[in-house]
Amino acid sequence: RSRALKMAAPTAGPVPVLRIVAECGRSRARAGELRLPHGNVPCPVFMPVGTRGTAKGLTAAQLAALGCRICLGNTFHLGTRPGSELVRRSGGLHGFMDWPHNLLTDSGGFQMVSLLELSEVSEEGVRFQPPHGGEEILLSPEKSMEIQNALGADIVMQLDDVVSSTTTGPRVEEAMERSVRWLDRCVAAHARPQQQLLFAIVQGGLDLELRRRCIQAMTQRAVPGFAIGGLSGGEDKAQFWRTVKFSAELLPRDKPRYLMGVGYATDLVVCVALGCDMFDCVFPTRTARFGSALVPWGSLQLKNHQFAKDFRPIDADCGCPTCQRYSRAYLHALLRSNTAALHLLTLHNIAYQVGL
Amino acid sequence: MRLKLLGAGGGRLGSLAGLGRGGAGALALPGCLLYTRTGAAPHLTHDTLREVRGVPGVAHIALPALAEIHDVLEEYKEGAAKFMGLPDAVLYCSLHDPVTPCPSGYNTNKVVSLWGSSGRMEMTASKFMDIQRAIQPDWFQCLSDGDTISGEAGRKRAKKSVDRSLSFLDICLQLQEKSPELQGSVMFGAIEGGDILEERLRSARETAKRPVGGFLLDGFQGSAMAKETKLKLIASVTAELPEDKPRIIHGVGKPDEVLECIERGVDIFESFFPFQVTERGCALVFSYECHPDPEATVLTQNGILDLEKNGAQEDLEEVSKADPEMTPFEISLKDKKYHDDFGPLLEGCSCYCCQRHTRAYVHHLLVTNELLAGVLLMMHNFQHYFGFFSAIRDALRDSKLDQLKELVFRQALQGPANATLRQ
Repeated sequence: RSRALKMAAPTAGPVPVLRIVAECGRSRARAGELRLPHGNVPCPVFMPVGTRGTAKGLTAAQLAALGCRICLGNTFHLGTRPGSELVRRSGGLHGFMDWPHNLLTDSGGFQMVSLLELSEVSEEGVRFQPPHGGEEILLSPEKSMEIQNALGADIVMQLDDVVSSTTTGPRVEEAMERSVRWLDRCVAAHARPQQQLLFAIVQGGLDLELRRRCIQAMTQRAVPGFAIGGLSGGEDKAQFWRTVKFSAELLPRDKPRYLMGVGYATDLVVCVALGCDMFDCVFPTRTARFGSALVPWGSLQLKNHQFAKDFRPIDADCGCPTCQRYSRAYLHALLRSNTAALHLLTLHNIAYQVGL
Repeated sequence: MRLKLLGAGGGRLGSLAGLGRGGAGALALPGCLLYTRTGAAPHLTHDTLREVRGVPGVAHIALPALAEIHDVLEEYKEGAAKFMGLPDAVLYCSLHDPVTPCPSGYNTNKVVSLWGSSGRMEMTASKFMDIQRAIQPDWFQCLSDGDTISGEAGRKRAKKSVDRSLSFLDICLQLQEKSPELQGSVMFGAIEGGDILEERLRSARETAKRPVGGFLLDGFQGSAMAKETKLKLIASVTAELPEDKPRIIHGVGKPDEVLECIERGVDIFESFFPFQVTERGCALVFSYECHPDPEATVLTQNGILDLEKNGAQEDLEEVSKADPEMTPFEISLKDKKYHDDFGPLLEGCSCYCCQRHTRAYVHHLLVTNELLAGVLLMMHNFQHYFGFFSAIRDALRDSKLDQLKELVFRQALQGPANATLRQ
């Protein structure tokens, strides 16, 4: 089976990734498209998260039918199971998932810090004990790039030194400066710059001066895109928006700005207005699996008894397959007995976010 | 509903036509129903189900899930099919879910117990018909007492199951006459009688005297009844039934058993079996091609030899680790040996999963507990199972049923299927 050949895409040369089609007169929002190896993607764009090579119960065909043209794979999870070498042998993550459109992988750094109690950060990289057994691993910038090169996503992220946005003190500055050094190591280690676009990740916590210094340093490197990292993890909302605004204003206009881990519908709209182009969040898929449907006015907890006899669709104005055919009352009943209900909600929630 | 038989030997090859509200529904015979849980195929949304080839024209829904939302359906008024987003479907409503165990000892002369997600529900004939009026099914199994499968039922209990079921049948038929909502619905009479031949014959003859639209062979679920007894009773029962009405059997799903029942006059089966295979992380890989190409036959034989060569010890270990419910017709994708197997679930299968994904991918999904595993396996297992019934009909048409039987029975005896066994 020569799937790897079928998936071959045009190389990502020096052509700018972002093409701006329109800019808002009143806000800093812009509409355009990302020119990526596996096809163009209109932006602003919401990227569903397909952690382990699957968008949570949806087939690749369903995800594409919703209009999704880029989604995320998770380097940490895929790197441990089934392992990057197996994915490479399957024709990369594209072949493994049978996904013909674009993929973005993160560096693996975030999970290691957020999921593991026994991880230890040093200049070398992040040392940790894998959760499913095995020897201690060092995730260095070089190792992260090696895994991401094997996975073969269209956009790969640098390994950054992430600290929680509620952290204060010298650790924040240390992490920011290390992230710049790690960016250089990632650029040097990146073995496939023609097929995969390496994005930098701006750090600095909520400290605007640190953010400024970080952006100044990173924009001196020749990377095709920038992410704003280290936010949307429990910080005060006003500070969150202020940091996003400040960062987006300083980042170059002509390169995509990816706000990592965002998010909820309100945050998406605001951050588009602040000038961000790309977003990802597990929220819509995760909340679907708890029986929650996202709507413009909030969310519906469909397991609640109040929906037992509500014969309306989730959202009468929604064109997704779930709203076209099923009522809240039926979904309420189906949630009891059939995982298909979760998939129907996942379909709706992704359609909602992608449609935003 | 019209039943047409084509007079092939060895089984009742034919079709049912004129089904459903609009009369446009049809079901090829022998055939199976589409197993659903509350109206949706397990794990599958409407659009993923559409990718499955050969989906039968009649969907199977179990009463307990609908009984639990009786009040919702009453308020909805327009029937269960429309409520479940299947306005054009032909629906068969059985009394029990084939996958949910029914504890013994909870039926009386007036009441049958059903088992749903909120526990036990007691059905009298009138409550049963109330619910059916809200469901408005195309076909439904009449309230019946099938509590004879635990293996402890003696002659007296068998007789009771027949007496009670006939009594329920007569009451329900009367109630149906007075129900405008159920004028288009076809009632199926349940043939009971445990493992007592006399009672089975009595049940068949008496039920056949009533104006039912079809028959349901009940009480053959589980493994308490001896195989020869089961087959003999099935043959005796169908011999008593009119030719021009369909016969459904509950609780039979394995390919070899399906063939045995078809030979003995059964028309319609459920499709819970591929669902059970899916739930244990397995894929159906048994062959039903009567004319495999000679090369494949050689490969098959070599595969068997490889099995023996690889060492009986290793295989014994694998067998003991496997799910005890596993049949010889399937492979267990959780097995470590599939982690780098880049072939499809089954070579030559044209289903969505086999066309796009590998055993390695499905193995990964199972190991990481991803929901997509169930989706992909269900699509494959349904398509393979529906294909099996299609092959049965072809075999009847071409007078090759014996060859198909031989092929399937050979695989039934081989023990758990092997990864290298390509058909």
